Amino acid sequence: MTEPAIEVNDLTVAYHERPVLWDMDVRVRAGALTAIVGPNGAGKTTLIKAILGLVSPAAGRIRILGRKYREARREVAYVPQRGTVDWDFPTSVLDVVLMGTYGGLGWMRRPGRKERERAEAALEQVGMEAFAQRQISQLSGGQQQRVFLARALVQDASVYLMDEPFQGVDARTERAIVEVLRHLRERGKTVVAVHHALQTVPEYFDDVVILNVRKIAAGPVAEAFTEQHLRTAYGGRVPFLQGVAPSPPATPGVQESPDPAADRRGTFSGGA
Amino acid sequence: MTWIDVEIQLLAVVVAVSCALPGVFLVLRRMALMSDAISHSILLGIVLAFFVVEDITHPLLVVAAAATGVLTVGLVELLHRTRKVKEDAAIALVFPALFSIAVILISRYAGSVHLDLDAVLLGEIAFAPFRRLEVGGMDLGPRGLWLMGAILILNVLTILLFYKELKLCTFDAGLAAALGFSPVLVHYAFMTLVSGTAVGAFDSVGSILVVALMIAPPAAAYLLTDRLPHLLLLSGGIGAASAVVGFWLARGLDASIAGSMATMTGVTFLLALLFAPDRGVVAGVRRRARQRVEFAGEMLMIHVLNHEGGVRARVENREDHLQEHLRWSPDFARRVVRHAEREGLIIRTQGGELHLTPLGREFARHRMIH
Repeated sequence: MTEPAIEVNDLTVAYHERPVLWDMDVRVRAGALTAIVGPNGAGKTTLIKAILGLVSPAAGRIRILGRKYREARREVAYVPQRGTVDWDFPTSVLDVVLMGTYGGLGWMRRPGRKERERAEAALEQVGMEAFAQRQISQLSGGQQQRVFLARALVQDASVYLMDEPFQGVDARTERAIVEVLRHLRERGKTVVAVHHALQTVPEYFDDVVILNVRKIAAGPVAEAFTEQHLRTAYGGRVPFLQGVAPSPPATPGVQESPDPAADRRGTFSGGA
Repeated sequence: MTWIDVEIQLLAVVVAVSCALPGVFLVLRRMALMSDAISHSILLGIVLAFFVVEDITHPLLVVAAAATGVLTVGLVELLHRTRKVKEDAAIALVFPALFSIAVILISRYAGSVHLDLDAVLLGEIAFAPFRRLEVGGMDLGPRGLWLMGAILILNVLTILLFYKELKLCTFDAGLAAALGFSPVLVHYAFMTLVSGTAVGAFDSVGSILVVALMIAPPAAAYLLTDRLPHLLLLSGGIGAASAVVGFWLARGLDASIAGSMATMTGVTFLLALLFAPDRGVVAGVRRRARQRVEFAGEMLMIHVLNHEGGVRARVENREDHLQEHLRWSPDFARRVVRHAEREGLIIRTQGGELHLTPLGREFARHRMIH
């Protein structure tokens, strides 16, 4: 097995002596799309933030591409939750996307024409090029999410950490994001995304990490994404439990099905 | 206009612009109240430094005051982080504590010197021209103007050089941290700038009015633009204009200059609130009224379309009938019909019957489908 893109060992994060993540070991496969799932308050966002060095762990070791975050910073792009920023902020779509270039520029240097062109290209990738000069408060939720995605694409990283990229978006945005994720995988990039809609995990992702303060399971979707693991994580109240996961896992051949819709039907109607 | 008037106005403009620029980021960071806290608590720094150097013009006073401002920010955050009080309560607990210590110290020990409470609260910009900066017997102009000018240059330079970092840390502190720009460092550096500005402005306009000069111009400008560079320029402009108009208002009323300047920032904000092209109250009311008439026009056309050619068309499709049927007041019905006529969607016959034009019919059908 090749070196993992992200390696988390014995990670414990606590807020005021209350553990949010407890002794977590995770290895994220390079070049794969990995979903992080778990109930509310399971520590999904905290895991992302710990990898990014935004929260300081009580214990544990995190390596990105074999290095500390501080040294691997240029290789990591981050898509925060859409709701964490003020969308009334007086700025344009292009300007927000340009923020993705700031890390490469360093202190005091301003983005120039080269950065603008990269930002425009990233906007085109998410189908938002027509909105470049738009004030960000005029965007719909899905458009906001695509702008955030474009901002991460501009960083041209190897590892993309996304906190709920599909949260509250329209169908068109969801398709656009999936497209971008697959495109990233084709180029050998690693994507880790906090994900809520369990029914789309097998379709969108290669690997999954199921957690609830502790790690419940991790690995390829076909192996780790089982009803039993989900029950453990969600305490029996699994949303969409109706055959959400094959248990035992479906034959690997299902993955190769030429019609993804048929694939999904096959996967989801089974356990009901 | 005497030379003194010119000097006072110049100082007023410099103070106003110096305050408005960092004020933009205070407003965007939702920290407007922090300006209030800082502008009060800096008094403690001034008093303590005064006890050490016993010279009201000593530069150490400015440094100590700015440090107290930053200390205020730190204490508020410390208190807030205990999670025992909310942030606004933390602000309201910290700065009166520091300010009141300063007030006690002044009244107890500094009663005889030139550090009186009126000046603290309201400033003394009118006397600023009498405190000159002299080097080797040469008069270089009012001290306050030099101090404030230096602060203005510092503010402009900082915002120009660190524009990108300030913007990023204000908009998305999480990303800023992930990219390696320390939002905490930027935050404290910025609050130092705010404190320094408050100290300088404090001398001219007092601790209360600093708040008005920092917050009102950006708040007004925020209603007029949605681009950060324009917001900064407009805020500076509004601050400067309020300062000059305020000066002449004070002249006319024979009132406090600082008070008039602050009043003018308030008036400017009020004007922007009422008359801003997109976000103003008046624009909002007009927009809603227009939408109401437009929507009513659509209802009217669909109504006419429904009864067109029917047996009751003559009765239904009349302006006076709309009052009963669509429950419109006679006045509103007249306005809607006139609007639709003007748009070429409806024509009224001599007998008062309403008929759709071909365009109106197409429009009404389209609306019924969608």
